[in-house]
Amino acid sequence: MDAAAGQVVHVAGPNGAGKTTLLRVLAGLLPAEQGDVSWRGQPITSDFEAYAATFCYLGHSDALKSDLTAFENLDYGVGLRRPVTAAEIDDVLARTGLSGCRGLQARVLSAGQKRRLAVARVMLAAAPLWILDEPFTNLDRAGVSLLSGVIAEQLDRGGAAIIAAHQPPAIPRHAAHCLELG
Amino acid sequence: MPATTVWQAMSLTYQRDLVLAFRRWEQVAQPVVFFLMVTTLVPLALSPELNELRQIAGGVLWIAALLAALLGLEFLYRADHADGTLEQMLLSGQPLALLAIAKTAAHWTACGLPLVLVSPLLAVSLGVLPGALGTLMLSLALGTGILSALGAVGAALTLGLRRGNLLLSLLVLPLTMPALIFGARAVDMAVHGEVARGPMLLLAAMCVLSLTLAPLAVSAALRISLE
Repeated sequence: MDAAAGQVVHVAGPNGAGKTTLLRVLAGLLPAEQGDVSWRGQPITSDFEAYAATFCYLGHSDALKSDLTAFENLDYGVGLRRPVTAAEIDDVLARTGLSGCRGLQARVLSAGQKRRLAVARVMLAAAPLWILDEPFTNLDRAGVSLLSGVIAEQLDRGGAAIIAAHQPPAIPRHAAHCLELG
Repeated sequence: MPATTVWQAMSLTYQRDLVLAFRRWEQVAQPVVFFLMVTTLVPLALSPELNELRQIAGGVLWIAALLAALLGLEFLYRADHADGTLEQMLLSGQPLALLAIAKTAAHWTACGLPLVLVSPLLAVSLGVLPGALGTLMLSLALGTGILSALGAVGAALTLGLRRGNLLLSLLVLPLTMPALIFGARAVDMAVHGEVARGPMLLLAAMCVLSLTLAPLAVSAALRISLE
């Protein structure tokens, strides 16, 4: 499979087909049993840290600390990758509808709000490649529409996205290339 | 867009772990309470005679401090693994070994340093004279540092196991025996009015060695555990 700039790849398949495994292999979290994963012509294992800095991975878990506030979670989660200002965090919280949750610990957020916060981390990371595993899980209709719009902006900027989902993602202005597993 | 420097990433990780530790204050209090309880029970079980207690104070304080510091080790990586933040650390583009140093430093600040700070109080109750308190505190600071560094390797190795706590103790405690031997000896020498320079230098060398090599082992063990 290939993912080019401005392209969204939809990884589909029944439960247990290996969608998550494929995405974890692409993210370098699992070694490939066969074949190679390359980024811009270089195997990802040649300089994994440099590769990791170029993509943002959203897995099944939201990767939030339940004892940290929404603001602190983004400050750390994004801050590890690039310096981030409070204004940027406030902007993305407003965009994801979480302004009211800024000072709330993640433990009190609903599953959908946690997913929105995880999406906010991906939005702020400014990575050219997004690897998203079931990103629409727990999101309400407005959340799905927000995320689809955000993915479209990522593609408009020349970024790429690889999405594992059961439903074909409806990304405005972009047609997804489907990769069916199993 | 500029990337976060390694120092900024380490500082962020250190601060985050301290904030998390103090929001779960029982994790910070538990080792201190254990340390207090064990050292308070010794005079009750053996003898209230200060001259007798003074003879064994170094060993008692060191054993109690090591076991107390062991209590918090299990939480070092387990929570980060469970909520997915460890994965994000690995994928942040920052060197995992250096983030591991920051996490070890935060663990020592939250679990080791409080033990060092309360140790003079307990030492005086065991009949240790004020002249030996400096050696005691410095030796415990180095000893808990060694335990935090070696314990991080054990915590990373046992991350994928469901009941890793027992294995963690079995892995880590034997490795800390040299530190226990020289640390308790240093305190004993100071209690008897001798200069404990030799064992203290050996303890410092062990601390430097474990702080230098352990993060590399932690990084490798975490990568294996995350597969």
